[in-house]
Amino acid sequence: MLFLGVLVSQGCGGEYPQSTLHPSSDSAALIDQLFDQIFWWAVGVFVVVGGILTYVFVRFRERPGDGRPKQVHGHLLLEVGWTLAPALILVAIAIPTIRAIFIIDRSTPDPEALVIEVIGKQWWWEFRYPELGIVTANEAHVPLGRTVDLRLRSADVMHSFWVPRLAGKRDLVPGIENQLWFRPDSVGVFHGQCAEFCGTAHALMGMRLIVDEPEDFERWARLNAEPASTPADAEARAGQGVFMANACVSCHAVRGTPAEGQFGPDLTHFGSRLTIASGVLENTPENLARWLDSTQHVKPGNPMPEVVLSDAQIRQLVAYLGSLR
Amino acid sequence: MAMTDAHPTGIRSWLTTVDHKRIAIMYFVVGFAFLLVAGFEGQLIRLQLAAPGRDFLDPDLYNQLFTMHGTTMVFFAGMPLVVAFFNFVVPLQIGARDVAFPRLNAFSFWVFLFGGLFLYASIPLRAMPDGGWFAYMPLTNPEYSPGPGIDFYVLSLLISGVGSIAGGLNFLVTILNMRAPGMTFMRMPLFTWMALIVSALILLAFPPFTVGLIFMLFDRSFGTHFFDAAAGADPVLWQHLFWVFGHPEVYILILPAFGIVSDVIPTYSRKILFGYPVVVFSGVLIAFLGFGVWVHHMFSVGLGPVVNAVFGGATMLIAIPTGIKIFNWIATMWGGRLRFRTAMLYAVGLVATFTIGGLSGVMHSSPPADLQQTDTYFVVAHFHYVLIGGTVFGLFCGFYYWFPKATGRMLHEGLGKAHFWLTFIALNVTFFPMHFSGLLGMPRRTYTYAEGLGLDIFNLISTIGAFVFTLSFVPLVWNLWRTWRRGEAAGHNPWDASTLEWTTASPPPHYNFAEIPTVDRRDPLLHPYIEPESRGEGDEPGGAVPRRQPDEPPEPVVMPNPSYWPLVLAAGMLLMTIGALGSLGLTLFGLFVTAVGLFAWAFEPPFGEEAH
Repeated sequence: MLFLGVLVSQGCGGEYPQSTLHPSSDSAALIDQLFDQIFWWAVGVFVVVGGILTYVFVRFRERPGDGRPKQVHGHLLLEVGWTLAPALILVAIAIPTIRAIFIIDRSTPDPEALVIEVIGKQWWWEFRYPELGIVTANEAHVPLGRTVDLRLRSADVMHSFWVPRLAGKRDLVPGIENQLWFRPDSVGVFHGQCAEFCGTAHALMGMRLIVDEPEDFERWARLNAEPASTPADAEARAGQGVFMANACVSCHAVRGTPAEGQFGPDLTHFGSRLTIASGVLENTPENLARWLDSTQHVKPGNPMPEVVLSDAQIRQLVAYLGSLR
Repeated sequence: MAMTDAHPTGIRSWLTTVDHKRIAIMYFVVGFAFLLVAGFEGQLIRLQLAAPGRDFLDPDLYNQLFTMHGTTMVFFAGMPLVVAFFNFVVPLQIGARDVAFPRLNAFSFWVFLFGGLFLYASIPLRAMPDGGWFAYMPLTNPEYSPGPGIDFYVLSLLISGVGSIAGGLNFLVTILNMRAPGMTFMRMPLFTWMALIVSALILLAFPPFTVGLIFMLFDRSFGTHFFDAAAGADPVLWQHLFWVFGHPEVYILILPAFGIVSDVIPTYSRKILFGYPVVVFSGVLIAFLGFGVWVHHMFSVGLGPVVNAVFGGATMLIAIPTGIKIFNWIATMWGGRLRFRTAMLYAVGLVATFTIGGLSGVMHSSPPADLQQTDTYFVVAHFHYVLIGGTVFGLFCGFYYWFPKATGRMLHEGLGKAHFWLTFIALNVTFFPMHFSGLLGMPRRTYTYAEGLGLDIFNLISTIGAFVFTLSFVPLVWNLWRTWRRGEAAGHNPWDASTLEWTTASPPPHYNFAEIPTVDRRDPLLHPYIEPESRGEGDEPGGAVPRRQPDEPPEPVVMPNPSYWPLVLAAGMLLMTIGALGSLGLTLFGLFVTAVGLFAWAFEPPFGEEAH
């Protein structure tokens, strides 16, 4: 088992994209250091207790010819000793703990932080950037080196925002705005998912946080603040027609078009996203066709109805949604 | 499990019994049946998670199964098995002939049984609750959980909670008032001490939960807004009400196991318990602190740094009395003559595995660390180490220890040891890898997980471990069958133990003690053997407690009458509960039956029959 543990801690974050042990932000690193300290104290205590236990089992096992053992009622010094020793270890744990609490559980001290509103919904994430006029879903881009200040709300039930390599969890509580902040220290795609049981598709309420170089982030932000472009090729244009003529528009918004639904994810720049259905599938044309064809099979329980579409219509929709970059 | 005395047998005698030993056996059998059912649910969960993306269970069924697994294990397996031991052991350990309120005791059992059956009626009705054993609002309000599933959860826990509170009251009064002459508090066996503490915990912890359940029932049935954020209420209130009960509940489940181990380790070490008063008061302290730590289940809610710091600190404090117990057990074994019978293996198995669970508990007592661990498989690993490595090991320890007393037959040691090693291996193979899957980012209560997160191997190992768990019941069942066919007779005191229950016959006559003993020391049966040089004050050999009770009571013994009314009263409450699903008429009829049961009970003479 210890071998497995070593294996895990040696592996790089890439093999464990949702690992708490491979931090990539100041906040996650602080927690990881704290965990390391407590972990090694625990290992120490376990080795001591386990060692004494093993010695006792071997040394004091009953052997033929043993007499009656000496009876001992207690020992004041020993009792005081094994009360104080754990107490001291706990003090050693409590001091960095309280220090970390008062860093992590407060609002960010950074006035330059990038504010993102996160709204948890059954079973996807909406991200709004109030300063940049961006609304997107399930994938948020943030720039390297700038503090990110999340404002967390829920549209329905309890959810919990968790991107392990960037920060600890923070619940999304109906009627309350919670905060969570961190400053990423490396670029990459970070996996996260809802960590508070929220109903049927809780397990498939995933997300990606993408940390970009500042100039890449600028480009992404400029693009995503714009309304959708009109598709160039014929198939995509046909797909736009299918989209607007069907139930899609009642739930999804594509800014710059008549589609203004608010219930489902904003699709204005869907084509530039990495995944479909909040992290369930990679965003490829084949997967998108599968999703449009049988949403309830891909993500059981999700509120998107299975609209009956011909294969041609699905092809056209795939082309249209893919063009929304 | 036949009773060898002249006490009546047959179905009717079980339906009307008020004998604490028979009630104990019924609690044990029903609790064990629920343990098997909930264990099977756990096995199904593990099958689904054996590999990423399996569709062995659909998500709704999976959510129902983990809800039923947790709810059943805590309320309908763990608690009744604990209460089974209270029932069987406590009156015998304190030298009493029964509990303080024998009919109330029978009522507690029936109402627990009906609560459990009511919960499981949701399966044939295809309405299993699916909100988790914690049932967080607003997911469990009618908007997000329409249908009767959550009502089965609420109502079954309300009705069985009545039985739990009555039981807590009963054992509190029993231990305070019915101890044999001379058995002062500081002479009580440790198991009785922990039963006393746990009875107080039940009485204090269940009311807030009951209030929460009634609020939830009202929100669901009558459209009130106790937890409705849209109406200005705070859904986090439910979490507070749930966990201010839910955390003490953990100690309700673990302290009896500590008590069992504190009686068993001295017996098989041939030593008195090291630091008796310290072990007692550390139990009291754990129970007391247990009411001040509930927010550690809620560190990610965002209650602010001060709240999290205070509750984190209080949680860390609990490690101190828990550590004290572990060190005192080790000190008890130190210098002893350890006999590794099955019960002793479970006792030392508890010391080892509970230490692991306790240490991972310290890891999430630190709120920042917990923000990464809460609601992940790391926590699942932690509490299964505590609840299996602690509670279940403690209960099996007690089972192997007191089985000869309860039945008069000895279990087979080899099969017992095979059972221990299988459960010990199963526990570690199933739950140790969950520490890794949790730290690597696997949340709880997810019916599947993605490929490529590095979680596959850990989940596969856990599933293999679950099969070993299922397998571990084979030697146990074989052992029971073998013992039933040809177990050797146990005698009064097969383990050379030191407390009062070992002075009477195995199984004990229904009046327990032919003569009520007079106690003048702790460990009344051990002391004649203590070497003179290591005797403490009051350790002179001799003493008033006979090593064997007389075979026949010298004077007539008056025992409480059997009664149907506890069963009727419980049945009335069950009818009211079923009616609460939507039939006012049935509720009123149930109320009528309840009233009849209460009045008939009140006017029934409690005594009358003479044993001899």
